[in-house]
Amino acid sequence: MEAPRPVFEVEGLYIDYTTELGVFHAVRNVSLAVREHESFGLVGESGSGKSTLAMGAIRYLASNGKVTEGSVRLSGVELLGLSGKELRELWGSRIGVVDQSPLSALNPSIVIGKQLAEVARQHLGMDRSAALGRVTEMLTKVAMPDPEAVMKRYPHQLSGGMLQRCVIAMALMTDPSLLIMDEPTTALDVTTQAVVLDLVADLKHEFDSAILYITHDLGVITKICDRVGVMYAGEIMEQAELHELFKRPRHPYTLDLLGCVPHFDPTPQKRSLVTIPGAIPRVDELPHGCIFGPRCSFVEEACKVARPPLAEVAAAHLSACRRWQDVPLPADHLRAATEAVRGAEVEGVRPEVLVKAEGAEVHFKSARGLIRGRTARLIRAVDGVDLEVCVGQTLGVVGESGSGKTTVARAIVGLTPATGGKITLHGKLLPRPTGKRPRATLREIQMVFQNPDASLNPTRSVGAAIIRPLTLLGGLGRQAAKDRAKELLEAVSLPVSYFDRLPHELSGGEKQRVAIARAFAAEPELILCDEPISSLDVSVQGSLMNLLMKLQVEKSTSYVFISHDLSAVQHLSDAIAVVYLGHVMEIGDTVRVLTPPFHPYTEALLSAVPLADPDVKQKPIRLGGSVPSAMDVPSGCRFHPRCPRCLGDICREQEPPWRDGEGEHRVYCHIPLSELARLQAETLVLAGEERGA
Amino acid sequence: MTDSIVAEEEALSGFRAQTPMDRPKTWRLYWRRLKKRPAALVGSIIFCVFLFLAVFGPWVAPSDYQAQNVKVRLDAPSLAHPFGADQFGRDIFSRIIVGTRNIFLIGGFGTLVAVIIGTAIGLASGYVGGASDEVVMRLLDVLLSFPSLLLALVLLSTVGPSNLNIVFVVAILYIPMVARVVRSMVLDLKNKEFVEAARVRGERRSYILFREILPNSLPPLLVEASMRFSYSIFLVASLGFLGLGVQPPSPDWGLQINEARTFLQIAPWTLLFPACTIALLVVSTNLMSDGLRQVMLPGGGRN
Repeated sequence: MEAPRPVFEVEGLYIDYTTELGVFHAVRNVSLAVREHESFGLVGESGSGKSTLAMGAIRYLASNGKVTEGSVRLSGVELLGLSGKELRELWGSRIGVVDQSPLSALNPSIVIGKQLAEVARQHLGMDRSAALGRVTEMLTKVAMPDPEAVMKRYPHQLSGGMLQRCVIAMALMTDPSLLIMDEPTTALDVTTQAVVLDLVADLKHEFDSAILYITHDLGVITKICDRVGVMYAGEIMEQAELHELFKRPRHPYTLDLLGCVPHFDPTPQKRSLVTIPGAIPRVDELPHGCIFGPRCSFVEEACKVARPPLAEVAAAHLSACRRWQDVPLPADHLRAATEAVRGAEVEGVRPEVLVKAEGAEVHFKSARGLIRGRTARLIRAVDGVDLEVCVGQTLGVVGESGSGKTTVARAIVGLTPATGGKITLHGKLLPRPTGKRPRATLREIQMVFQNPDASLNPTRSVGAAIIRPLTLLGGLGRQAAKDRAKELLEAVSLPVSYFDRLPHELSGGEKQRVAIARAFAAEPELILCDEPISSLDVSVQGSLMNLLMKLQVEKSTSYVFISHDLSAVQHLSDAIAVVYLGHVMEIGDTVRVLTPPFHPYTEALLSAVPLADPDVKQKPIRLGGSVPSAMDVPSGCRFHPRCPRCLGDICREQEPPWRDGEGEHRVYCHIPLSELARLQAETLVLAGEERGA
Repeated sequence: MTDSIVAEEEALSGFRAQTPMDRPKTWRLYWRRLKKRPAALVGSIIFCVFLFLAVFGPWVAPSDYQAQNVKVRLDAPSLAHPFGADQFGRDIFSRIIVGTRNIFLIGGFGTLVAVIIGTAIGLASGYVGGASDEVVMRLLDVLLSFPSLLLALVLLSTVGPSNLNIVFVVAILYIPMVARVVRSMVLDLKNKEFVEAARVRGERRSYILFREILPNSLPPLLVEASMRFSYSIFLVASLGFLGLGVQPPSPDWGLQINEARTFLQIAPWTLLFPACTIALLVVSTNLMSDGLRQVMLPGGGRN
């Protein structure tokens, strides 16, 4: 069988960056080839050189970047010798690029139609009406609802998912030979991401383009890529066909990356995740021998001597590891490198309730017009939330962005005071704003924030940041606080030498560890974690989740873990609350929530999660549109406009009842649980292959 | 293959020697960036020379600034009098050197008072927010809407020209500008997570303002202060020129220019040198504050 000839070939590519600190060899000796209708995935942590490689290969580099060696051919044409003018011609007509941020890819002051037509006029030589016709055709191909109307809109009038579809349409306008997609769904919600990923998977067959898909998310890779290259510190460590790479990795780095991602597992026993010690080296501080050596669990003396070349270890499978034959199967590795964190709970014994919210509401007034005196509209960010957090347990809160999950946490801690309902701690009513709470109460609830860069005061040393709650809330003396702070640093696995460092000297993951240490310093009973790992690399996410679990077991602290990432939430949580538009849709023990019957919204979220396992078949349930504004909460069931299982008038007009399921499980839906179970029985979301040890 | 790896390793190890493993501390980083900006560096050096003259002026001046010598009246620059002599035969060079202190004291204290009060207003107004913030900011807008020299003249002609009064006038003029800068920083910082973390652990408002927010507003505040200082030099000199500044016979640059106007035709140096000195100080201070901005706030305000 003759394989189709590669459209895009990169051979022995070297890319240098010249900065004020000297010359960095950002990409070294990278080769890859992508064929027609094929999509090649580049995965790696941030700083691994994925984007530099892709942009450098088409010679779209910043002025201080330079391709120093190698060859890049697009349909047989060598790109490296082309002049600036020829390159620009080629970029516009033969190469399409889709970036992470659709909003910055489009000019905010030009309507979509005109903007997209520009491409057709410039590169396809069409006249105005032909170009607009082409735009309509392209928008239809990217499954845009009502393309004519969309063309008349400005970018800010469209949602992120729709914008990204416009950008994809723009990139495909000229039927390019190569389409580069650089984290195109990272900024989108899971539900929207699923829709865009479906689209890309379809387009792959429809268009002749070769796709180079860059992402850090192994789950996303499984949805659309045929072959995958794993990058690390500027080199490709392993390259193989998708299924082979996930099922039989031949490089320890790939193996570890796979182990960092939590697997869907609805049993209450939890295992830790695989961690990769250390951090990705800077390209100017590469170690001797194998560049992954210092972080590798299979490292030998011989690995430190020479750098192993990328060599063929099986058919179409390349690995840059000397010991590729010793790399175990992912399942075996998982068992060997992780440990059970928590055993199964004794059935029937429920721990005491720590925090309870009953009908909690956070309503804001929107700004009122000064002159026309319009009545202020009510923003119902949190609209009657009931939930319970038990002592020593984790309540996961999931939902799309705009669902009000962060506001719930902020109402509990008092940063955004609740405007209605009751929030109690140990049965005692909590004063609403933080400022009104006595110190003893403040001490019980601490928070870990989303953005590691902003959660530490840039002018305050790590030590000082941890000491402050110790002296203020813990009542410790200066020296005692200092000693305790050092213990806390060790507890979050940071060296004591970090005590005097300033935040800017720390990596994102390290900053988040300090923030966790600071939250634990007050010895609270509850820590609210507001997307604490979302902005971090997978390997760092894994180690932070391990840390959170370890500390919970040691100190029996309760968590509220907020995330849009259902895999992370199910991994950490004992119970899960699914929130939509300020209201809980389903709440219950993790096992109950993750197994049918689901609330239709939970079902849709679960179908949308990109699982890092190419064998799992997920339901093709997709939600249209995005979360409505909290100013216009739909009548009846607030989920009805997007609900795939909407019953009709009853959902539109009447507020649904709470339906109690087995154990601790409640669903807010008009459809009875037995009926939901029947409807949802046909497909299972969860992979059940390697459960337990 | 191995050869290229070895060569690469060598290149890297050579490279590593130049970059210290420990990341430089903030001030070292500022200094490194400053060294790369010649204009800012030159501005800062000239400014430092003036600062030196302001402190040690009377001791380094070659001759007594008050000594009158009729023989050298309106003499052209010479070795004995590098900038020439004025209508009383006083050494212009020495008078400029000794006059430096006055301008630094008045401008400096004026700026300092403006920075202190402006910071306090900006911090409080920005943090409290709401209606009171609106009222305070509109009041400051009223102050800002007057041309600064005109406002200074009106104020000084009511309270009378004295060094202390000029200090207060400078302060009143610049308080709104400082307050605005600080307020914008507070608005940016007060919803940052580290400030919320402080609220969650029950910190007092004053602690949050002075320990969490203020230290992070220092770089832009310092830039603003140095800019205000360069403006205040100009203002003090203008007031001196108009006769509302330092009273004779104290040496004052503005006054010197005013007195020299009459002799412009016959002895242009009596006017030229003080004027050039003012220009030099203002330009160098501006260069320095521009430099500070680039060094401390690369990318416009992010640390």
